Formats: sequence, structure tokens, C-alpha cells
Amino acid sequence: MGFLVGRLLGLVPTLAGVVVVTFVLTHLLPGDPAVFFANSVTADAATIAAVRQKLGLDLPLWQQFFVYVGQLAHGDLGQSISTGQPVAADLLQRLPASLELTLVAFAIAIAVALPLGIAAALRPGSLLDHVCRVLSTAGVSLPTFVSGLLLIYLLYYLLGWAPEPIGRIDPFAIMPPRITGLLLIDTLLAGDTEGFGMAARQIVLPAVTMALFALAPLARMTRAAMLGVLSSEFIRTARANGLRRRTIIVSYALRNALLPIVTTLGMIFSNMLGANVLVERVFAWPGVGSYALDSLISLDYAPVQGFMLVMAGIFVLVNFVIDLLYAVIDPRTGLLTHA
Amino acid sequence: MRERLLLLRYVLAENPVNLVALLLLVLLLGCAAVGPALVPFDPIATETAVALQPPSALHWFGTDQLGRDVFSRVVVAARLDLAIAFAAVLLSMAVGAVIGASMGYFRGPLDTIGSRTTDVLMAFPLFVLAMGMVAALGNSVSSVVYATAVINLPFYIRLSRAEVSVRRSLGYIEAARVGGSGHARILRVFLLPNILPALVVQASVNLGWAVLNTAGLSFIGLGVRAPAPEWGIMVAEGAQFIVSGRWWIATFPGLALMLAVFCFNLLGDGLRDVVDPRTRT
Amino acid sequence: MTAPLLSVRDLSVEFRTRSGIVPALKHVSFDLAPGEMLGIVGESGSGKSVTAFTLLGLLDRAGRVSSGQAMFGGQDLLRLGQGALNELRGAAMSIVFQNPRTALNPIRPVGVQIADVIARHDAGSTATLRARVLDALRQMRIAEPERRASAYPYELSGGMCQRIGIAMALACAPRLLIADEPTTGLDVTTQAAVMDVFRDAVRRGGVGTIFITHDLALASEYCDRILVMQSGEVVEDAPVAEIFTRPRHPYTRRLLRSTPSSVDVIDDLSPDEEPLPPAPPRGDRLAAPVLEVRGLSKSYAFARPRGLSNFWKPRDTAMLRAVDGVDLVIRPGEAVGLVGESGCGKSTLSRMINRLIAADAGEVLLQGTPIQRISPGRFASLPQRRLIQMVFQDPTESLNPRFSVFEAIADPVGQLLPHEGRAALRARVERAATRVGLPLALLPRYPHQLSGGQKARVGIARAMVVEPRLLVLDEPTSALDVSVQAVVLRLLTRLRREEGVAQLFVSHDLNVVRLLCDRIIVMYKGKIVESGTAEQVFNRPAHDYTRSLLAAIPRLRGQRALGAT
Repeated sequence: MGFLVGRLLGLVPTLAGVVVVTFVLTHLLPGDPAVFFANSVTADAATIAAVRQKLGLDLPLWQQFFVYVGQLAHGDLGQSISTGQPVAADLLQRLPASLELTLVAFAIAIAVALPLGIAAALRPGSLLDHVCRVLSTAGVSLPTFVSGLLLIYLLYYLLGWAPEPIGRIDPFAIMPPRITGLLLIDTLLAGDTEGFGMAARQIVLPAVTMALFALAPLARMTRAAMLGVLSSEFIRTARANGLRRRTIIVSYALRNALLPIVTTLGMIFSNMLGANVLVERVFAWPGVGSYALDSLISLDYAPVQGFMLVMAGIFVLVNFVIDLLYAVIDPRTGLLTHA
Repeated sequence: MRERLLLLRYVLAENPVNLVALLLLVLLLGCAAVGPALVPFDPIATETAVALQPPSALHWFGTDQLGRDVFSRVVVAARLDLAIAFAAVLLSMAVGAVIGASMGYFRGPLDTIGSRTTDVLMAFPLFVLAMGMVAALGNSVSSVVYATAVINLPFYIRLSRAEVSVRRSLGYIEAARVGGSGHARILRVFLLPNILPALVVQASVNLGWAVLNTAGLSFIGLGVRAPAPEWGIMVAEGAQFIVSGRWWIATFPGLALMLAVFCFNLLGDGLRDVVDPRTRT
Repeated sequence: MTAPLLSVRDLSVEFRTRSGIVPALKHVSFDLAPGEMLGIVGESGSGKSVTAFTLLGLLDRAGRVSSGQAMFGGQDLLRLGQGALNELRGAAMSIVFQNPRTALNPIRPVGVQIADVIARHDAGSTATLRARVLDALRQMRIAEPERRASAYPYELSGGMCQRIGIAMALACAPRLLIADEPTTGLDVTTQAAVMDVFRDAVRRGGVGTIFITHDLALASEYCDRILVMQSGEVVEDAPVAEIFTRPRHPYTRRLLRSTPSSVDVIDDLSPDEEPLPPAPPRGDRLAAPVLEVRGLSKSYAFARPRGLSNFWKPRDTAMLRAVDGVDLVIRPGEAVGLVGESGCGKSTLSRMINRLIAADAGEVLLQGTPIQRISPGRFASLPQRRLIQMVFQDPTESLNPRFSVFEAIADPVGQLLPHEGRAALRARVERAATRVGLPLALLPRYPHQLSGGQKARVGIARAMVVEPRLLVLDEPTSALDVSVQAVVLRLLTRLRREEGVAQLFVSHDLNVVRLLCDRIIVMYKGKIVESGTAEQVFNRPAHDYTRSLLAAIPRLRGQRALGAT
């Protein structure tokens, strides 16, 4: 319990730092937002000055920061110039698309990488081991935006197996009623199996693209962690006591190897959040990444700020969950007390 | 020294993959050094008459929508991409090593502040942070270098901090203090040279990431700007033609990119074997 | 004579390495009778651990049995597949490893780990399983076995972890037990306690035991018969009484004479070496001290873990008094031994004297000048720095891997005597190297090209090169083999007798300190509990702790008990 509270308190300075960094970065952005809000580049100086005052841009930077923090506390991330909507609403609207993509890719990556890494570690030097090694090195070297394009060319243009890369769902199809915002789940909840199939077909390519990218470091880490644990002294003790291979691998080796693997998962999730921007662009996926990118190009800084905050927020949250997972596995953190 | 060379030969002989990596590196550096002087076409000159031609004997990698020779552009781009990556990684390594080593050696408030700052940097998905930084610092090549250096900084800080923490209580550091060396000299003469191999391994891997990062940024229109030949931009330009089957415009720069990153990753593995054979994976 | 429990014949093992095939065992043969305790003694690289691992089929991939047989219960262990061996391991035969803490799974309760072994070999109900685990712990005289069973290794002391390890090995009542340096790294009092429990349990169960150790005295106390191994070969195999009274092989004789507990004065240790110069007459007891320490104290804060109930309070720190008001005087040419077990504060004290760490309170006078006000950082640049030098514990870790021997020895000269020219520097380094018996041909070499003994000499030369008046020696021989240790101890004595440098010898090993030092100080929980001449401390100890320390020291067979009057 003390562990939990300590961890939660530990998040506060990090989150505060994130807010400061985001604020400073976005206020360095070129272009004067007042000019945009005045709705015309040719607006006269007086109008612009009025807008500046209305937006609080004439205040010293540190005062603007406190105004900003105050707005944040109310969940107000500002207005988007391009969409005319509150940024928070825009992000909330698009977040499920990004999350769905990331989570599906994450699941694929874990499902492939863990067994592959473990199998490679159990037979070092075997064919499977070499395949794992080459795959993982090649995988980390593959930029998502290139692998995505190659997959489109191969599976959509040449073979015609995949649908056209134009987002989450056919533009003419009827969207299911929004419950979670995750199409795969909403269609099932609405009992719309056809819609589910369509959504699933759309998500396969982008998800596989992202999974390829996440798979490599995970498989590598799994293999290295398993090899490390298997050569440790307590495994030798277990062998010297005649324990069965299965017991040694599952109860002794794998559980210990999970510790570094779980830590790596956080890093990989973060990389995937970053890769979202690129993958969403390649597949015209209507998520927060595309939204931030469009805003960035039109020098609309509130959405960019909001996007960075939300991404960092999600990642901090994911790291917290990973810390908890770690603590559940490792008694040394003292989360689970025992007799 | 001779012993190092012998070890190098042993590593190259035992794992031919390392040899491949070394040859790839030579090829890449060659392209960067003399490529612009050797390529058959001007990488920037447009010639709409020969636009969108598939690979042929004349245009090995085909031509793009403006009739520029893709092969020439891919080769010439090596210089810019590698220059950005090397500059960013060297900057990051130099700054990160000094900060991290000082944190690990002196501990105390310096360490606390440094660790907190690193935590904040690491709280952002790194690519997102790089995006924000390039946008804020202005759309230029130097911004990309700084942004890439900053997002790699936490790795060097953490690595050198950890390596120094392990060594600071070793006998030879205490012996140096008893032998009259001050803190600055201990860091400079005893600690930094001993953690350098670990840093170089990290740098090799980071070079790959830095190339990826640069290309990713220019793919979304940040940093390097058209018409400069750069792998990320070229992939972005070719992306719209993929769905109509003109694969060569995006594929060749993409492959070049992949090969470069692959080379640095392999090199990192190979160096790790030389530096520390025990952590071999 | 009964049929042997284990009969090893002509066992040879080789290892594939980068530099080709290296033999590890050469035609090793021996028998072990049921219930017998056989000691295998040898220095590092003698092949004693390889023997153990080979018998249990635990050699790693690089090792290969090239010949021989090992008959156990009618089967040749060397011919059995891993499957058949796995049935025997943990049941009919088992092993106790060195490093008890790392030999246990860190994230599994120790009781569950023992239960895993029992369940593997004898199926039974959960209740009987639990009863057997608790019984195994009780056999090891572990108090509160129910509570201990649910503990994780990190919550237990090293000695307790090793009791768990032994309990695990004996859980299925094996007929053969191998103990591979089971108490190395434990404190001497803990070692004595663990060894007694171990011997009693083994004797009660009538288990044939192979006890592997580098410590001849320890083997002589607990074993019936001793096998001496040297570079992969058995050089002597005799009952314990015989091996100490009539050693046959020259190596055994050398090993015996290198063992500090076998002799009364340092001159008799490894007497084949060049004779030591005679000891100078005892120094003037009234000479001005080199070092005087008064009321020196140092506390460390350690944080208690935070719980839900106290997280908002200021961090609850307890202070650990590592060194608590220590007084100490060292006169020129004197050798003082500082003895104590791990955690007693002896390392902290020696580092405070050396100004590597700052003291909280107290005074340090170096040749009459107070130095405790000078911060450790600034002290490095003062001329006094030269007067007090230090030799560190692990010879490998105490050398910068990037410095050649010459650079390592020359480095302090460059810092502390910066005005010497290049020629003078070289002459000085060569003189220091010669004095510690380091051939000049080794000067351009790097640490990884040197043997352990050579590295130790470099460490001593580096400290002596600036001509200090006090040499602090922090367990300088604890990482060395006994024969190398003997040579280094003689070297240190020679330096003191010839150059008159005072020595503060920090050690956990009373036997070593007894040979080297005029005066002995015993530390316990940060305080000095006993101080006197070596003769006084050994023969008329005043403090209970000193007595228990003396009683715990392993003695060679036939040697009179230490501390007995």
C-alpha cells in the first residue's frame, strides 16, 4: 500500500515537468496565433492587439503559464483554430481510433514476440534462434512509414487482399453507435458482424505495420532476459535438485525473466505512441496523430500542446501500470505483504 | 593494441554478420563522402519529360514525379542523413556522458535534479517530443540535430550514470584519490575512458535511431525541406504513388534508410561482442 | 571395509576455450565410503569444483568428460543421460553451492523452493509436504520455521540462506552430498555455526559427503579424509590425522606451510622463500605517533520503507553508527591489526583515516597535524596526502584496466610529487617495482596480463612509491590463494622491517593478523572492544566477543586451541 501511494506521489513532479515542457515548447512555436484568431493576415494592428489581449497573449510568460495551468485544471485545453472546436473535445473524438490501433498492434507484438524470444533462448544457436536474431535486428531497422507503404503496395495493390488504406471504415458504411469509440468493440456491441469484419479488415494493415516495429525489440529483450536468467545460479540449483525442465522454465526462469520484459514493454509502448503519428499518416487513420500533424502544419498550437500532454499523460499512466505489474511479480518491492 | 586487432579479427571471423555490417558502413560512408561527385544525374534538376519512369538501364531506380533520377537522389541523400545522425549522436553522447558521469560520481542533489529532468524527458513518446521541438525551434536542419540530440540524451545520461555508479567504489578509483587525484581528474582520466566502450556501443545503436528519427520528421514535413534529397522526404513524395503501383519512388529511399539503420544495429551488436563478450545475445 | 558409496576412476575433463582445448581434470580417482566426510582441498584452478559439477552432470556446454567412470549405486554417473541423472539429483545425491543468496530463486519463498524439491521426488499430500518442509528447516536449527518458510531470500542473512540451501539439499535424504565451498564469504562465527549444523545433519543422516574448500584448517576440523588437488590432479589422498603429521607430496607440504595457522611467526611461513631480514628492536613506545585518532565517529542514515501510515511525515530515518567514538594511536614502524567481522565498521574507519570519507566527529592527527577539518576533496591536493597510503582488497578491481603497470605506479608520483623529472620518475617507479619483487619486464603490461599475485604487488608498489609513513592495508590478501597470500604477507613484513613504514592491517582473519602485527584491535558494532599485543589478545582475551571470534576460527588438526589459556 505504501508502495502504491509512493508511486502515485512520484508521478506528480514528472507530470508537472511535462506541463512545463509542453508549455514552453508550444510558446516557442513560430507564427502569431492572434493573427489567426483575427481571421485575417491583413487585419490591422489594433484588431490583432485586441485579440492578443483577449487571448491573454500580452501577459508576461509566467502569468500566461498560470492561466494555462488554471485552464488545464478545468480540463480546458484551448480552442483549435482549424476545426473551431475545443481541443479537448477534438482529442476525445479521435483518441479511440489511435488507442484501438495501438492496442491491437501491441497485442499482436506481444503474442508473437514472447513465444519467439523464449523459444530462441531455450535453444541458443539453433535455426529458430538465428531466425529470431535476424528478424529482430531487421525489424528494429524497419521504419514504420516504409514498411507500411510496402505492405500497402504488396497486399493492396499487387494482391488485392487488403482494403484501400483510407481510414478506419469505408466512408459509405454506417458507423455503429458510439459506446467505447473502439470500432471493433462497438460493432460487436451493436451486433453488427458485417461492420466488425469491415473494421477488422481496415485495421489489419496499420496494426501489423506497428506490430512489426514493436515486435523486434520485444523479442530481443525476451531472448536476452531468458538467456540471462537461465544461466543464473539459482537455475543451476534447481537443476541440481532434479526439478523438471517444465518447472524450471515456467516457475523459475520465465517469472524472473518477466521483470526486464515488463520494463521493456513500457519503453515499447512509448515508441508506439510516437510511431502512431507516422502510421496514421500513411494509412489516413483519423486518430490524434493525424490531428496533431494537421494542426502543426497550419501553426495551430493549442491542439499540438494538447496532443503532447495527452501522449505524455497516457505514457505516464502506462508506466504506472507497469510499475504495479512489476511489483506484483517481484516481492522485493514490498507491494504484496506476506506473513 | 595488437591484441585488440586480434580480437577484432576473431569477432569478424566468428560472426560473418559483423563483416557484412562493416562493409555496409564503408558503403554508406563512401556514398556520403564521394557520392555527390559520382552520381550520373543532378539530384535536384527536374525534367518533366521523363517523369514517373520505372527503373531502367538509364535510371537504375526510375524517376520521380518531377523526372529526377531516384538513384542519384538516394545516393546523394546519404550525406545529409548521416551528417545529421552523426552530429546529433556525438552532441548527445558528449553532453550526456559528462552529465551522467557527474551524477553518478557526485550523487546528492545534482543526481536528484538530473534524474528528475531525465524522467520528464522520458515521459514523452520520444518522436512526439522531437516533433514538438522541431516545430518550436523552427523548421531547419539544425533543429533536427538539436531535437534528435535531446531525445537521445536520457539514454547516455542513464548509461553513464549507471556505469560510473558501479565503478566509483572500485579500488582503482579510491586508489586514485589516495594517489592525490582530484574529482575532476578522476572523472576525466579514470572514469570517462573506462565507460567509453559502453557509450560507443550505445552510440552505434543510437545512430540507427537518429537516422530513423530524421527521416520520420522529414516524412511528416518537419526539418529538412524539399527539394533537398533526403530519404524521408523521398518516401513521403513517393507515398502518394504507391496506391497506383509506382513503387520505386518510395521503395528505394526506404530501402536505403533500412539498410543504414540495419548497418548501425549490426555494428552495435558486433561492438558489444568486442567490448563485453559476456553480454552477448 | 564396506563397499564405497561412490567410486571415481580415471576421470578426465577438458574445456573448449578461445585458446583451444584446456584440460581441467586429469585422471582423478578416489572412493567415498558411506557416511564418510571427504574433504577436497586445493587452490583456484585445481579442479575441485569441476569434479563436483561433473559428478552431478552440471558441466556447462564447453566442458566434456574425456575419460573415466564414477560408480554410484551400481550406475556409472558419467554414462547416464540427463533424464536419468535428473531422477537422482535432489533425491539420491545433491549439492550445496557457494554464494547462498544467489543460489536461491529471488522471487520465490524459500519454503516453496524446498517444497518444489520434495514434491518432485516424493509425491505426497499438501499437509505432509508442509510438514516435511518445516521438518527440514528444524533440522537446520532454524527458529520459527513457519515464518522463515514464507520469507524470500533477500529477507534472510547469508548464513540463513545457506542453512536453507543445506536444508533443500538434505530434504529428500540423499546418500551422497557435495558441498562446494558452502561457507566461503560468510563471517567466521557464522561459518562455524553453519558448519556445525551441517556436520550434525550429515552425520545424523549417515550421508556420504564431499566437502570442497580452499581452507585446509576448515577441512581438517570437519573431515575424516582429505584429498589434495593441484591443477586438475589428485596429489595426495590420506586420512586427516596423517596428512598434517606426515604429508607426502611436496605440494601438500607447501600448502601446509603457507597456511597462517600452521606457524607461530611470519618467518616460518613459506620458509622456502628468501629469508626475511631480522625484526628491528621494538620501536620507542614514546616516539611521536604517525597517526592519532580521537573519538572518531561516523553514522549512516538508512531510510525505513514508507507505508500508507507515514508517507506524509518527514522521511523516517534511523542512524546506523558505523564507527562510534574510536581512539587509536599508531607509532612509527608499528604494525597494528584491525580485526572484525563484516559490518563492524573497520572499512569505514580505515577510509576515514585515509580521508576518503569525512568523519562526523572526532580528530585525526597525522604526524601531529590535525587533518579532519580538511574536506576529503581538498586533502587530495595537500602534501600530507603522500604520508598515508592505502592498499586495497581486490587486486583486480584496484587497478585501472587502461593503465599499464608503469602508469599505475607512476600516477600517484605525478600527482603528489609533480616536480620530479621524467628520469627521476622512471627511476623511482623501477625502484618501487623492484622492492616489491615485480620484474621490470612487467612494467609495460596491462592488468589483465598479470596473475593475482603480481596485481597485488603492483597495488603495494603504487602505495609505497611515494614513500608514505603509514600504509593502510584493507584486506589485501583476502582475494588471493593461500600460497600467494603467504608470499604477499612476507613481502609486507619485509617492507616494514626494511623501511620502517607503519602499517594498519585491516582484516577479518585473526590468524593473518597474529603473524603480521605487534598490536591487535578488535572492532564490534562500531566500537573497539579489545586492544592489546597479539599475545594478549590471543591468549588472554578480555571481551566475550573476542573469545567467540577466537573459538570460531578453524584450527589445523593438532594445533592448540586459540584463546585457550
